[in-house]
Amino acid sequence: MIRDITLGQYYPADSPIHRLDPRVKITATLLFIIELFIVDNFIGFAICAAVLGIVIAVSTVPLKFIMRGMKPILFILFFTFALNIFMVKGEVIWELGFLHITKEGIKIAVFMAVRLVLLITGSSMLTLTTKPLNLTDGMERMLSPFAKLGFPAHEIAMMMTIALRFIPTLLEETDKIMKAQQARGADFESGNIIRRAKALIPVLVPLFVSAFRIAQDLAMAMEARCYRGGSGRTRLHEMKLRGRDFAAFLLEAAFLALIILEARYF
Amino acid sequence: MDKVITVEDLTFEYNRGENAEPVKALDGVSFEIDKGSFTAIIGKNGSGKSTLAKNLNGLLIPTSGSVFVEGYDTKDDEAIWEIRQRAGMVFQNPDNQLVSSIVEDDVAFGPENLGVDPAEIRRRVDKALEDVNMGEYKMKAPHLLSGGQKQRIAIAGVVAMRPEIIIFDEPTAMLDPKGRKEIMAIIKELHGEGKTVILITHFMEEAIEADRVIILNAGKILLDGAPEEIFKRVDEIREVNLEVPMMTDLGDRLIAAGIDVPKGIIREEDMVEAICRLKSQN
Repeated sequence: MIRDITLGQYYPADSPIHRLDPRVKITATLLFIIELFIVDNFIGFAICAAVLGIVIAVSTVPLKFIMRGMKPILFILFFTFALNIFMVKGEVIWELGFLHITKEGIKIAVFMAVRLVLLITGSSMLTLTTKPLNLTDGMERMLSPFAKLGFPAHEIAMMMTIALRFIPTLLEETDKIMKAQQARGADFESGNIIRRAKALIPVLVPLFVSAFRIAQDLAMAMEARCYRGGSGRTRLHEMKLRGRDFAAFLLEAAFLALIILEARYF
Repeated sequence: MDKVITVEDLTFEYNRGENAEPVKALDGVSFEIDKGSFTAIIGKNGSGKSTLAKNLNGLLIPTSGSVFVEGYDTKDDEAIWEIRQRAGMVFQNPDNQLVSSIVEDDVAFGPENLGVDPAEIRRRVDKALEDVNMGEYKMKAPHLLSGGQKQRIAIAGVVAMRPEIIIFDEPTAMLDPKGRKEIMAIIKELHGEGKTVILITHFMEEAIEADRVIILNAGKILLDGAPEEIFKRVDEIREVNLEVPMMTDLGDRLIAAGIDVPKGIIREEDMVEAICRLKSQN
C-alpha cells in the first residue's frame, strides 16, 4: 500500500497548461500572487477569478481534485475570516458582549477570504499541472544566473530531486521498522498523544541511522558516476521555450497590465 | 595482452578514531587485470573484497602501494574522473544507488556529469536501456520496480558512461534467485561485448562463470587462477571457511567414496559427462 503513494499533488493529463515550460508557469504563478495584492476591489478579484477559471478549464484538472487540496487550509481560512470580522472597528451592526460585527469588518473579512482562496487555488495550479521533477528543473534554470553570486541553485535542485527519489524508500523503511517493532510487542495505537509520541522514538532512531547509511551509499554511488557538482554538467532534457510559451508570456503581461489599470482607475 | 588495471602491493587501513588501532583491510595485494577479461573476486565477509573493489576506481585511496587504471594512478587527484569514467561500478544495494525518480533520468545521470552532448546522451540512454532489456520502463519510477529491475537500471546507468571496465560489487547479494539470474546473464553479455568485468561475489555458482578467480582471505590473496585450477584445491578453500561450488563438492565426495572422477569439476555438464564415461567403462 505504501508503494503506491503519489508524490506531490500532480494531476496527470496532457493539456496545453501541462505542456507549458515550467519556467513560464512559475513566472505566471508569481505574477498572479502579486496581482492579487495589487487588487483593491471586488471587480479586480472578479477578473482574477475569471482568468483562473479559464486556466482551470483549459488544464482539465477537475474542480473536485482542486477542492481536495483546499481542505488542510480551511482552518486558516476560517481563522482569518473570524479575526477580521470581529476585530475591525466601524459601524456596528451586531453585538454580543465584547464581540461586535461591523459593516467594514464583513467587507474586509470577505475580501481577505476571497484573496486567500484565489491565492491558494492559483498556486496549487502550478503543482497540479507540473511534475515535481520538472518544477525543480525549472527552478534550477531560473535561479542559475544567481549561481555566479554564490547562490546554490544546482545544489538545491539536486537535493530536491534526491528527496523526491527517496521519499518512497524512506517510507518503506519506516514501514519495515514499525513492523519489526510491532512484532516485538511495540504498541503505536493506544494511549494518549504523549504516549503515542514516545512509542515512536524506537522507530525514529533506527530510521535516522538508516537514512544516514543510505546517504553514505548514495554519495559513493554518485561519486563513482563522476558527479562533481553542477559546473560542466549537461542535461538530457534541454529546456527550450516554444511558441506557446512566448504566447503564454504575452498573455501574462497583458493580464498584469489589466490588473494595474483596473486598480488605478476603478 | 594489455593490462587495464595494475595493483601493486596495495595495503589499505581503516581508521577507527584517534585512540584505536587502524584496521588492515588489505595487506600487500598485487595483481593485474587483462583487457577484456572476466575476473571474479571471492572471499567471506570481512575478507577485504569490497574494500578492494572501491580501491579499483579511486573511491578509496591506498594507504600504501598503488593502483593504476589504464595507466592513471588513483592517488593522482587530477586523474580521478578519468579513472571513474573508465572503471564504472555497480553497487550491492539497488535502492541506494539510483538518483532520480524517473528511470531514463537516472541512466542519464552519468553522461550528464561527463558533459556529454544532449543528443548523444539520448542515444546512449536508449541504447543502455535496450542492453539491459528495460527499454519499456524508460518513464517509470524506480521504486515501483523489482530489485532485479532496479539493479538492471543501475547497470544501464554505468553502461551509458561507456566505461572500459565494469566493477560489480556483490550486485546480486540483495536479489531473489530470478533477479540474480537476470543480472548474471547481463554481466556475461557485457563481457561478451568486450568489456572488462570484475565481479565481487560470495556465490561460488557465479564465480565459476569467470575466466579467472581470485580468493581473498584476511586482506591477502589466497589463490589466483582459472576456476578449474582453483577449485581443485578444495581443502585450502575449505580451510578458510569458504564453500566450493556444488559440483566440486560432489566430485570430492565421490572421490572419497572411491569413485574415480577427475578432481576440480565445477560445471554440471562436466560432471554429467564424467559420470557417463565411468558408466560406459564399467
